[in-house]
Amino acid sequence: MVMHTCRWSALPFPIVLAADEPPAGTPPEEASFVPPPGVIPDPAPGMRAGPGDVVVLVGTTKGLFALTAPAGRGEWTRSGPWFPGEEIAAAALDARGGRNRLLAGAMSWHFGPSVYSSDDLGETWREPEPTTLRFPDDTGASVARVWQLAPASAEQPDVVWAGVEPAALFRSDDGGASFSLVRELWDHPHREQWQPGGGGLCLHTIVPDPTGGPRLGVAVSAAGFYRTLDGTTWEAANRGILPPFLPPPAPEFGQCVHKVAQHPTRPDTLFVQHHWGVYRSDDFGGTWTEVGEEKLPSTFGFPIVVDPNDADTAYVVPLKSDFFRCAAEGKLRVFRTTDGGETWEPSGTGLPDDDAYLSVLRDGFGTDGMDPAGLYLGTRTGEVFGSVDGGETWNELTRHLPPVLCVKAAVLA
Amino acid sequence: MSVRVRLAETLRPHAGGDGVVDLDVAEGCCVRDVLDALAAVHPAVGRRVRDETGVLRRHVNVFVDQDNARDLDGLTTRVPAGAVVSVLPAVSGG
Repeated sequence: MVMHTCRWSALPFPIVLAADEPPAGTPPEEASFVPPPGVIPDPAPGMRAGPGDVVVLVGTTKGLFALTAPAGRGEWTRSGPWFPGEEIAAAALDARGGRNRLLAGAMSWHFGPSVYSSDDLGETWREPEPTTLRFPDDTGASVARVWQLAPASAEQPDVVWAGVEPAALFRSDDGGASFSLVRELWDHPHREQWQPGGGGLCLHTIVPDPTGGPRLGVAVSAAGFYRTLDGTTWEAANRGILPPFLPPPAPEFGQCVHKVAQHPTRPDTLFVQHHWGVYRSDDFGGTWTEVGEEKLPSTFGFPIVVDPNDADTAYVVPLKSDFFRCAAEGKLRVFRTTDGGETWEPSGTGLPDDDAYLSVLRDGFGTDGMDPAGLYLGTRTGEVFGSVDGGETWNELTRHLPPVLCVKAAVLA
Repeated sequence: MSVRVRLAETLRPHAGGDGVVDLDVAEGCCVRDVLDALAAVHPAVGRRVRDETGVLRRHVNVFVDQDNARDLDGLTTRVPAGAVVSVLPAVSGG
């Protein structure tokens, strides 16, 4: 924008003209150009928070927001939006190595995807140059969307994993500045047969090894869970997961794993929310056992979260059927198990329970890792609910946001 | 020859704030050549206009003077000397 003082009227204030609006005396060639459409809203200032504060990043269809609170998590402040108008399907606060780096996977419907980072809590953002997250030329593929940004363990403070659409895994060894394709998974012979889910053929979940070892798991919709134990050799790991949308017997791959959750101190145990079915594995996906049938009002849902303080405590958000995909029984409820899936009980005081047809996406549920754990639930109708008592009671932290795509919480270093 | 490229306002932050980029390109060049030259100067603009396979993004239009290149020969549309190439977002969006 260019400031022009108005000389030809009595208006006592300057007027603002778009940069391409021709001032008087502009040559005809310039004047004939129609000012282009599209205006970028002013960027939001950075969030005001300090060490020990909790940050809940909320990625929406129209930009990135953040909720911040002191460690007691009683009073929340909302910041953003950053990247207004862009879809933020992936976000992370990387508090390893003494830094507080925000990572955002943004997707402009016009200008495509990118990964941005900020080391000043959103005051400024940068996009690495010249390298950014892109497929190598020989693949013939192009990134449609970044679905997941996952900092590795503290033992690998510069490693960040990224999952994208079309389904592929990327690795960064410089804290998210540049990424390279994980060829071993891209070259997996199954890949040509993977089928897209409703959201596209996406690698949406990454389960890094919390000990810093080579083991790694990923989930692709609709291909299922894949794992590597040595860091190079990948295998489908869906034994026991029964996809009702495929004729029996259950295939080696083709499952629609919606989300995988892992506890950092018991990394062999995984929980899966499948496209019908809640499963548990105690051998990092070697075999799976259904743990939700006839215990939950619906075993359909998207997110699943493991309590950071108890590997046997997990949370799901049952949705009514794969054709409806709204809160079961018109009540938004979180169901919790404290015995590894043997039993489930509803929790959810404070959540809408009267003809409440809300929905929560696969990354719309997160925890901050504190003790007691903060749980955060973002809906497709723009509310974010929070609990600091294991899901017993919930408070609405904010509302009237655009549809929430991801909720990622962490504590500032 | 010289070609003038006009950038939509939403692209300008990725071009150092510039809305106009004058490029030297070969006689007889096409839209692809102009976009290559533009990407060489402003790579962050280049990847917003085309994906990494070189395909023009679905919701971006490139005009050679008044003509949408999609209605002509796409990226191989000839760009005559003195033309103004406009890179504009389509009306579509999320």
